[in-house]
Amino acid sequence: MPSATLLGQALISGVLAGGMYGLLAMGLSLSWGLLRLVNLSHFALAFLSAYIVYELGTKYGVAPWWSAAMVVPLMFAVGASQYWLFDRFRVNELASLLITFSFAVIVEAGIQIYWTADYRRFETHYATESIKAGPFFIPVLDLTMCIVASVLAWGTWMWLRKTYVGKGLRAAAEDADIAAAYGVDHRKLAYILSGIGAAYAGIAGTFIALIATLAPAQIWAWLGVVFAVVIIGRLGNPMGALLAGMLIGASESLAMAVLSPAWAPVVSFSVLIVILLWDPEWL
Amino acid sequence: MNERANAWRRRGVLAGLAAGAASLAAPSILRAAPSGTPVRVGGTLSLTGFLAQTAAIHKIAAEIMVNEINGRNGFLGRPVEYVLLDDQSKPEVARSLYEKLITVDKVDLIQGPYATAPILAAMGVAQRYGKVMIQSSMGIPKLQTYDRAFPATPFGPEPDKTYPNVILDAMASLPHPPKSILVLTSKFPSAQFMAKGMREQAEKRGLKVALYLEYESGNRDFGAIAARVKEADADFLWVGSLGLESNQLLEALHKLDYKPRNHFHLYPAPGPLALSPDGDKALCSTFLEPAEPFLSRPGVKRIAAEFKERATKANLPYAVIDAQAAGMVSEWQILEAAVNGANSLDDKVIADWLKKHRVETIYGSLRFDGPYNHGDAAQLIKQAQNKEWKVVWPKAFAAPGVTLMGT
Repeated sequence: MPSATLLGQALISGVLAGGMYGLLAMGLSLSWGLLRLVNLSHFALAFLSAYIVYELGTKYGVAPWWSAAMVVPLMFAVGASQYWLFDRFRVNELASLLITFSFAVIVEAGIQIYWTADYRRFETHYATESIKAGPFFIPVLDLTMCIVASVLAWGTWMWLRKTYVGKGLRAAAEDADIAAAYGVDHRKLAYILSGIGAAYAGIAGTFIALIATLAPAQIWAWLGVVFAVVIIGRLGNPMGALLAGMLIGASESLAMAVLSPAWAPVVSFSVLIVILLWDPEWL
Repeated sequence: MNERANAWRRRGVLAGLAAGAASLAAPSILRAAPSGTPVRVGGTLSLTGFLAQTAAIHKIAAEIMVNEINGRNGFLGRPVEYVLLDDQSKPEVARSLYEKLITVDKVDLIQGPYATAPILAAMGVAQRYGKVMIQSSMGIPKLQTYDRAFPATPFGPEPDKTYPNVILDAMASLPHPPKSILVLTSKFPSAQFMAKGMREQAEKRGLKVALYLEYESGNRDFGAIAARVKEADADFLWVGSLGLESNQLLEALHKLDYKPRNHFHLYPAPGPLALSPDGDKALCSTFLEPAEPFLSRPGVKRIAAEFKERATKANLPYAVIDAQAAGMVSEWQILEAAVNGANSLDDKVIADWLKKHRVETIYGSLRFDGPYNHGDAAQLIKQAQNKEWKVVWPKAFAAPGVTLMGT
């Protein structure tokens, strides 16, 4: 029987790891739920951002937060440009899946050409720092990432519910024609939202550079679990994405602690199936 | 009759050794440049996909060797051309590409791909067409059942039994030998195979196996695993890791303020682990490092220098020749010795020659007459000391002044 310390520590690790799932899922959830575009290139943009942060940090000694200040606006521009293409060629939901998959493959190839396929690791002194709370250790970097993800999720959720722009976006996602009749310029708002989604990929990428391993093929490593998080959290719902991420992260981690680490990948999809079958009203 | 057969066998061995050593040692200027239609050697590497990290290393090693061979006498006086395709790290793609190489591109010979799964896929095709296939990275030798498939890396026929004992011998030599072991492994087939062997051998030698854990290959979060490792607190942590998994695990342990007393890593990314502050005194498997006594083997110094130059130019973060690159070097050395020794491009003749002769390679003298065409096992242990890898065990392979360090 695992000890309480082991269970508590596993829960902390899982919730914090789930913060990354949520952070990655947010942009995808917004794009899919409110723009009806399934943007697989979101993962590629996150990893491209991670590689840029790695490059700036290891080659030029730029601190990650300064790199983020450069990467996030850049990704916003990429996201807005992507929407211009989708709009120009009237890309629908299914076609967006294929087009953004191709875009992700191109980005992956570009990363491999420039940074090679070899593993990259951005070593920082704060990567292993922890706060001690009783018998538990809370990794500082993971905690920071989780706080950032929470602030973004709550801020975006409020923005979508309390502001005219947010309400307009939600209305357009429900029925674009009716929303237009009430003066909502869906296209203009969509540029902003697409940019924000990609900017979130930039923020996720900054933390990926600091926490995870970089290799071009890693772009696809997060796809399955993040898709499960997006669906559990409900499309277009940033708070749902964050909470679902934490739920999956905690479930995976507890499975590692109680059963075997090999069970972790089964957990996310098992939780997804249970939730889809159960379909609780509160979700 | 037996004596006569033995005499012939000895002659064969000596002839093979002499041919191999001469071809490695003699400068290319003394030989005529190869001419005529090129001998086309086909193969795949995982240039993209999740195994692509290794392909970059193998590709450089293969290019060096093709240049070396063409700088000597080529194959039977003809230049060698390497037809390399990308199997995308997928066994099914490897299978199709080997079919294409043999039937469409009509290559004369083939070289094996990287990693157990693509090798098994390619081996089926090689067997169907009777082609000799030399491979360097099949970590589960008993799966190599095709009689014209040959290993270029000296795993030995039962590495799951032999190598754990090398490691346990090393541990037993420490002033405070470990009494308990924790075996943690990726479910990547060759790592899992070795982990099971490690557990069995440790139990046989009376070590308490505090915990045996498996995780999925490509595991993202090591937090919970680290918590279990810390709680078990074994004297010796054996990790069947691939790539940066070792770094991730050690970092996760560091976050829990825990440092394993003795820790071994099976197939880690060597550069990042040696350079990591948590990697100090980490132990790792190897067959060769660019230091003495290995540099004294014929041609190794030159190949190591060229590898460093090319790998640096290719922007590889760890531009040092090690067991990965050496595997590919060995593949080409074996093929060169076999083709020129057998004086034929016929696969049956080449395979028969290999079974009767030893070949001098970067790994030393290899033979192919044991189970699954394997010879003697030659796994070594290296340790990260002051951010550099040093071979520490067996003692005979440690450079002067280098010793195994425990806690």
